[in-house]
Amino acid sequence: MTKFFQLLASGLALGAIYALVCLGFVVIYRATGVINFAQAGLVVLGAFMVYNATFTWGLSFWLALLVGMLFGAALGIIIERLVLRQMVRQPLHAILLVTVGVLLLVEPIVTTIWRSPQPSIDTPFELDKLEIGDVRILQISIAAIVIAAIVLAAFFLFFRYTKYGVAMRATAVDQEAALMQGINVNGIIALSWAIAGVVAVLGGAMLGANAGPKTGLGVGIGIIALKALPAMVLGGLDSPGGAVVGGLVIGVAEVLAGGYYAEFAPAWLKPGFHQVLPWIVMLVVLLVRPYGLFGTKKVQRL
Amino acid sequence: MTRARGMLRHYAQDVRLVRSPSGLLSVVALVALFLWLPLFVNDSWAGIFVVAGYSAIAALGLNLLTGYTGLPSLGTAGFIALGAFTASYFGRTAESLPEGGLGWPFWQYALLALALGAAVGFIVGLPALRLRGVYLSIATLALVFVTLYVLKSWEVLSGGNSGASMPIEVKLFGLNFADLGGDDDIFLGDLPFRNGAELFSRNHSLMYLVWAVVGVVGLLCRNIVRSRPGRALQAVRDRDVAAAVVGVSLFRAKVGAFVISSALATLAGVFYGLYIQYAVADEASFGLPLSIQFLAIIVVGGIGTTYGPILGALLIAVIPKFIGFLSDLPLIKEIFTETPGDVGFSEGNFAAILYALLIIVGLITQPHGLAGISRRIGGYFRSWPLVR
Repeated sequence: MTKFFQLLASGLALGAIYALVCLGFVVIYRATGVINFAQAGLVVLGAFMVYNATFTWGLSFWLALLVGMLFGAALGIIIERLVLRQMVRQPLHAILLVTVGVLLLVEPIVTTIWRSPQPSIDTPFELDKLEIGDVRILQISIAAIVIAAIVLAAFFLFFRYTKYGVAMRATAVDQEAALMQGINVNGIIALSWAIAGVVAVLGGAMLGANAGPKTGLGVGIGIIALKALPAMVLGGLDSPGGAVVGGLVIGVAEVLAGGYYAEFAPAWLKPGFHQVLPWIVMLVVLLVRPYGLFGTKKVQRL
Repeated sequence: MTRARGMLRHYAQDVRLVRSPSGLLSVVALVALFLWLPLFVNDSWAGIFVVAGYSAIAALGLNLLTGYTGLPSLGTAGFIALGAFTASYFGRTAESLPEGGLGWPFWQYALLALALGAAVGFIVGLPALRLRGVYLSIATLALVFVTLYVLKSWEVLSGGNSGASMPIEVKLFGLNFADLGGDDDIFLGDLPFRNGAELFSRNHSLMYLVWAVVGVVGLLCRNIVRSRPGRALQAVRDRDVAAAVVGVSLFRAKVGAFVISSALATLAGVFYGLYIQYAVADEASFGLPLSIQFLAIIVVGGIGTTYGPILGALLIAVIPKFIGFLSDLPLIKEIFTETPGDVGFSEGNFAAILYALLIIVGLITQPHGLAGISRRIGGYFRSWPLVR
């Protein structure tokens, strides 16, 4: 059981990171109807930005995280302004590809400015562990879970009770109707991008600080960030709550499968299975529920 | 009263394969170009045309699926991998390599690849009946990762982590399409065919085979699109519930589109394998970027047209050559600051940034792609004195 709890904690930490990244996908999908592949790029840039703030500028970890979040929000708004705003009313495939184009920009920019891969981001927790009986959990994993919980709770309160949260929900239902009620739709879209930028930076910093599985800091964490896609689809594309459930399910399933592989896997199941497991889980759920667990089912009319 | 050129008066005119004398002329010109061009390009350009050729085959299929049936797919890379390793295992000769192989002739493993692609496409197509839009594209992306994992685990087929090499000879109709020149030089008039120091290379030979297949596939796609099944596909794209109400079988349209496009992508994978000659089943070679590239080809070329994917494939294949040309300019060479073992602006980063910027700027300025541009130019001339 010791091993199970340790893996569970690690899985929850990874799941919390997935949930954060996923929330970024969901808010942009709700505001604009587009899957923003550039989100994975924001995760990578954010991780390196936080690294830069701690290592080069010598800021403390928490201050660096704050700087990174501001940077992420600004970057999100800039990308929306410069690129996506130009694509309004264009075919969906073209918009999707433009976000991929932004994603492709990130890796060369990061490797021009920083060396990749790096050791990991320095945190005040270092490699300290919390011990409960035999179970030993990295403190950074717990920090990731707590930070994600705080940010997600803040988002849901904002989303539920503030004027801007209501405006965001109204925009997701019908942009034109929202415009008629005096809602600044462009402002809401910019706000969605800023939120996506903030959660991406947080997710990237946690991955870069080795919360959950040991990933280190490198452009490779963009691929991990893309695993938030099955989490998002699993939860339902337009459901922020689904993003959290999907992220946790995928994170825990992935880490448990990786941890128990050596003991239980039959010989024909080759290593690396835990990395495709998120996608398989997603496919199975989609076959049963084609709009994910909590996605809005679209009614087809003639 | 004379009729404006290009005006259609009968339905029969609209479905005609070649609509005008000038269309016929351009077909003849294209065939002449096909026979002539490989003799006059050097090896690296021949390689680019081979890349453009296999990309066009897969893109034509993807266009049928995404452009005409409205089912977005990010799964192309998985089928490319399937085709490449089918060619590898069934085509390579047992004595040439320690890992062995079956040594089938080209037409057998190409047909097998088509059949395998169609079968997998059928299975993939079934969920397409239930999933819509973005859900479907992410589901097809999942199939890329699953396919790669299965291929990589199946070490006999793919060589696992160390990868597998591809057939050396490509024999068809008694000709070896990997080496048409053979030991003798090909003569053009009195001169043996040489480009600099090299002879008629593997790429020159493959170029004939690949583009012959592009021609056949293009004709097939055009025929599907202009006939009854094609109308059904477009009806499903525009509104699938309405199409079902007027009697279009959604099962046949959606699953059929998946079967055809998957079979074509797998065939393209065979040529991909023959071109690169060695492949490893991992995400670096067959991952999301490769799938995206095919989507980029049809969007850049012009989605929902027959010639768009071919134009797009040519353009995307030429971009690396264009970037290489730019990197060699003295002015640009000066801005590379990378020193070994340190960070800085390298040639590779320049290429990657330029590629991404080309996609972004191209899509912002021309969201309907090359086909949109050529349609505008054509429209200008057709309606000539009446233009602004």
